Amino acid sequence: MSPRNVIRLSRRQVMRGLLAATAFGAATKLSGCSPTASSDADGGSASADGEVVVGFIFVGPKDDFGYNQAHAEGAQAMAAVPGIKIVEEASVPETSAVLESMRSMIEIDGASVIFPTSFGYFDPYMLEMAAEFPEVQFFHAGGLYEEGVHPDNVGSYFGYIDEAQYIAGIIAGHTSETGKLGFVAAKPIPQVLRNINSFTLGAKTVNPDITTQVVFTGDWAEPVKEAEATNSMADQGIDVVTCHVDSPKVVIETAEKRGIYSSGYHANQGPLAPEGYLTGAEWDWESIYTFLGEQFVAGKSLMAGDIEHVLRGGLADNFCKVSPYGPAVSEAAQADADAAKQGFLDGDLVIYNGALKDNKGTEILAEGDKYEQQNIELEKMDWLIEGVEGSIGS
Amino acid sequence: MTDSLLQAGSVKGAAWRRPLEAIFLPMAALLVALVIFGGFCALAGANPFGVYGSIYKAAFGSWSAWQNTLIRAAPLMLTALCTALPARLGLVIIGNEGALVMGGLGAVVVGLGLGESVSPLVVQLAMAIAGMVSGGLWIMLAGALRHYRGVNETISSLLLNYIAIAFLNHCVEGPLRDITFTTKPSSAELNPAVWLGTLPGSRIHYGLIYGIAVCVLAYFLIQRTTFGFAARTTGGNIRAAKIAGLPVGKLTLAICFLGGSAAGLAGMVEVAAVQKRVNESLVSNYGYAGILVAFVSRHNPLATVLVAMLLGGILASGGILQRSHNLPDATVLVFQGIVFLCVLFSDSLYGKLPWFQEKMIDE
Repeated sequence: MSPRNVIRLSRRQVMRGLLAATAFGAATKLSGCSPTASSDADGGSASADGEVVVGFIFVGPKDDFGYNQAHAEGAQAMAAVPGIKIVEEASVPETSAVLESMRSMIEIDGASVIFPTSFGYFDPYMLEMAAEFPEVQFFHAGGLYEEGVHPDNVGSYFGYIDEAQYIAGIIAGHTSETGKLGFVAAKPIPQVLRNINSFTLGAKTVNPDITTQVVFTGDWAEPVKEAEATNSMADQGIDVVTCHVDSPKVVIETAEKRGIYSSGYHANQGPLAPEGYLTGAEWDWESIYTFLGEQFVAGKSLMAGDIEHVLRGGLADNFCKVSPYGPAVSEAAQADADAAKQGFLDGDLVIYNGALKDNKGTEILAEGDKYEQQNIELEKMDWLIEGVEGSIGS
Repeated sequence: MTDSLLQAGSVKGAAWRRPLEAIFLPMAALLVALVIFGGFCALAGANPFGVYGSIYKAAFGSWSAWQNTLIRAAPLMLTALCTALPARLGLVIIGNEGALVMGGLGAVVVGLGLGESVSPLVVQLAMAIAGMVSGGLWIMLAGALRHYRGVNETISSLLLNYIAIAFLNHCVEGPLRDITFTTKPSSAELNPAVWLGTLPGSRIHYGLIYGIAVCVLAYFLIQRTTFGFAARTTGGNIRAAKIAGLPVGKLTLAICFLGGSAAGLAGMVEVAAVQKRVNESLVSNYGYAGILVAFVSRHNPLATVLVAMLLGGILASGGILQRSHNLPDATVLVFQGIVFLCVLFSDSLYGKLPWFQEKMIDE
């Protein structure tokens, strides 16, 4: 007798719920998380015996037009080495999540080499894992390895990308009509300051009175602040901007929209600004990753001592490169830039040559002194060179 | 429309239909979510059943996978309480991230300040208290603004997040900065003696015990004490509570303090067990994920433990989806979104499915 009710939900309620769920699915699907073709190279999970499995971990997406893309392209180059199989994970935060990712790559995928590519993975995460898995090699981009302090299975590699920034500075100095350059930077740490200073020194070889306005956004990925900084630079009459943030995309696109010139970083952003892109300082991880891949296949390792613990180099060693020049780069600029590049390739050009002062008037280098590229002082940099407008705040 | 809903007095089998409904609905929601997500995977070119298998294996398939899941779940249990407790009083607090940051910062300041002057156990205790007090005061601020000035607590607690993060960055780039640590601007490292260790035979840190213990305590506080009863009454009808003479102001401040201190404790655990120093990595979405956990668990502290484990499992499977199925890194977020949307949707079905409805006894 009891009335058997149909589900007590109005049709409208059901429709609303279903629509919300599908719309959500569709929106996430369409908004930039469609799979990229780049990861198809290793084709499935079947790995033949004897393959060396190499794990790559990125802190952000692999197609960010920046830091992670540069490493991801390098990883693809390593995957092309016969005998290497790579496994990748993107968007892994610098927390216990990266510990779990490394462990899972080692225990489940059988990785014998790990590249945690973000600078912040090193301490404590990578060091903890290296201590726990002494038979696995860990390579870190950043040059922080210290002999005797860090485990034997840890290595680091890093490039003197400020050489490319110096060349970009020369081109910026030639191109700027107002004599004012802009630099959107993330954090005042030595690497970033070194790029700012080298860029400015390059520009000053062309125009000694040129200035570089620096804005620190405070973090590696702050798209809104990066756009604001670029816009305010354009408003101030700055006509060439460059940056050191994780993804230069926003800065380059904003500059293009405002009709000013831009110089890239990490990877080639030329396609984002076909008119105003001058050049850029790019990593060339492909050559170093291919080199290391060949070493692994040949059975060499850090522990055996046949791979060096610290690999460093600049333009001459293919650790970095300069983006192809854009259409706005004059012939005079190209000539000077190419001459500087040749200087680096020959090893006779030194960026930090006395006499140099910082922007507070303190002497950094006396007349006749210089800091060679390998000088450890450069890795502790806590000053901005004369001609830079801005302060590091501490 | 209302016939069978009002028959509470003459009910047969209500005792087991209720809990059964509370189990059946989330399970059905999970199933629906899996079907939708399977469609997404198929669109992305992966075999849905292979993906399901991988998720299960990576989240709950082995002891190692369980550890991965539990490590990720531990902070979420605590940050979820920051939303769940005030919610019982009718407040929507979303300042979890800020409270966690302040808690971590407070704990490190005290930990570094005490150094090796007292025994490590005392330092740990002092750090936990410092974390709870700083997180608690932070959210109490939002509660006070609400009670005394009528400021919307959702907006103020959200904005407090940004202030907390900016304050953290200021501290680690200025007064607290350890110049010798070059990886990123950070405070000095805590003395290894005060690090929170791992549970014997596992790599799970003690934060999991803290999380479960605090959730159980919170459950008793809310369901079994006069304080909890007063809070729930106020949440039900604030005017009635005032007329009944309940100290609404004190309740608001107290429950905000308790919520914030749970998130603050999560911050202390994160710095003492995982990061060993305080820096921007403390801001890694544990707080925002906690809001999700709180809403899905319907602000029930015991359910929070289970929901946090579910989310931990989903997050733990993120890596394998990329590595074994070539799915993009955002896939795990899509899955997480679909699961929680379905569970929240199922919330609207409580009391509406005929099979679970309390039937009147005929004749």
